[in-house]
Amino acid sequence: MSLAYKDRKIAAPSISPDTKAFWDGCAAGKLLLKQCEKCQELHYYPRPSCPFCGHGETKWIESKGTGTIYTYSVTRRVEVPYCFAFVTLDEGVTMMTNIADCDLDSVRIGQRVRVVFKPTDGGPPVPMFTPA
Amino acid sequence: MSIKGKAYIAGAYEHPLRKAPDKTVAQLHYEVAMGALADAGLSKSDVDGYFCAGDAPGLGAFSMAEYMGLKLRHVDSTDTGGSAYLVHVSHAAQAIAAGKCNVALITLAGRPRSEGSSGLVPRNFGPAPDAPFELPFGSVTVNRYGVSAMRHMYQYGTTSEQLAWVKVAASQHAQHNPNAMLRDVVTVEDVLSSPMISDPLHRLDCCVVSDGGGALVVVSPEVMRSLNRPRIKLLGAGEAPKHLNGGKMDLTLSAAAWSGPTAFAEAGVKPADIKYVSIYDSFTITVVIQIEDLGFCEKGQGGRFVADGNLISGVGKLPFNTDGGGLCNNHPADRGGMTKVIEAVRQLRGEAHPAVQVKNCNLALAQGTGGSLGTRHCSATLIMERE
Repeated sequence: MSLAYKDRKIAAPSISPDTKAFWDGCAAGKLLLKQCEKCQELHYYPRPSCPFCGHGETKWIESKGTGTIYTYSVTRRVEVPYCFAFVTLDEGVTMMTNIADCDLDSVRIGQRVRVVFKPTDGGPPVPMFTPA
Repeated sequence: MSIKGKAYIAGAYEHPLRKAPDKTVAQLHYEVAMGALADAGLSKSDVDGYFCAGDAPGLGAFSMAEYMGLKLRHVDSTDTGGSAYLVHVSHAAQAIAAGKCNVALITLAGRPRSEGSSGLVPRNFGPAPDAPFELPFGSVTVNRYGVSAMRHMYQYGTTSEQLAWVKVAASQHAQHNPNAMLRDVVTVEDVLSSPMISDPLHRLDCCVVSDGGGALVVVSPEVMRSLNRPRIKLLGAGEAPKHLNGGKMDLTLSAAAWSGPTAFAEAGVKPADIKYVSIYDSFTITVVIQIEDLGFCEKGQGGRFVADGNLISGVGKLPFNTDGGGLCNNHPADRGGMTKVIEAVRQLRGEAHPAVQVKNCNLALAQGTGGSLGTRHCSATLIMERE
């Protein structure tokens, strides 16, 4: 079996002042994460406060953009099938994403992937991943 | 303060309709409310506490209180998705124990079938902070459970055949329920040959979409003694949310791992004591994961546990969802918690269909997770005893 990845129309994500840097990063081809100024833990999705220790200051750091597929589900009974997935970045946080630019039937848990940015409908691109 | 022995379920009612295009949601709430009160032998004027969740139209509990003409001294519109009605039973018991009400009415109703709901369409829960990081990736109900199932298979060797046994057991029960939406008995092969919706979940791994609703009446011990119904006593309850935890999570685990032990500790019983379970079956994987997390088997062994008919009443060790569950009977308002409590009450009363009634069913557990296993959900566990 094979199921070629196809681009689908993606609604623009809504941007707030506290996440604008993330989306500007995507537009510049960079995947940004948040790190707590106090306990140093990384988290995702990005927040101005730390969900672990509760500290109110966090800073942006740039991810290498590489990781491993934690889990996935190819959603098939829709107009354009897609691979819904969670990728664990090498920095240690796991993020919701899609797997793109490959045979979707070849996707496996544990597979190495790297970030690619896919356009949205009138908004910044969003981070997806493709086999490394 | 414990709820143990402080409250009883006196009334339970499941709407017989599975498609209700000509009724409003408010009307369905009214009909199930009257059904549950009649079942208890109570009337509307006896109700002094009212509980509902996000399926109730209008603002919190007030709009339905107005529609039905309820005079109340306690309201609670806690919404934890499909598990809300189990949470409501627990909160009603707490309110009764604290003297805030004596007769608590809980209602659920909806028309997702008439309104065209689907597990493949994004549901808008408003401007949640997670939404910009999830909606672009096509996060919908069925793939949010698919990712949990895939990881469970990877980590524990669970198979599609094992998951299919959950549906097979539900269908064995549903054949005896004249109101069930799907009454045909299915085989493992039927499940595996049904269309793949989102890996690894086939169509028959998914629950039905149905209109309808249900209601419960929870009362104080004094009120229960005045009624001519079997006494279904609440022994223990637990509730717990689980979420993506800043990107450090285990998607093979449900919050039943936390709500379950809380409920068992309060009830003072063990999983091995339970005669019947109602487990929210949004998908087959949901049942497997919750059974593990409640301690009915070791973590990771749920697939093996549910296989070969182990959930079928009269056949297996842990009879479950003897009404046919969400997989075959009913999933009103896309929220499966209410019908779980109702069938547990039927079993404890000895009022389940004779073909699926568990013998000497004196202790039952109802379990639900509202939300999604693959993102965020709230688990609720109830343990009940026939007095």
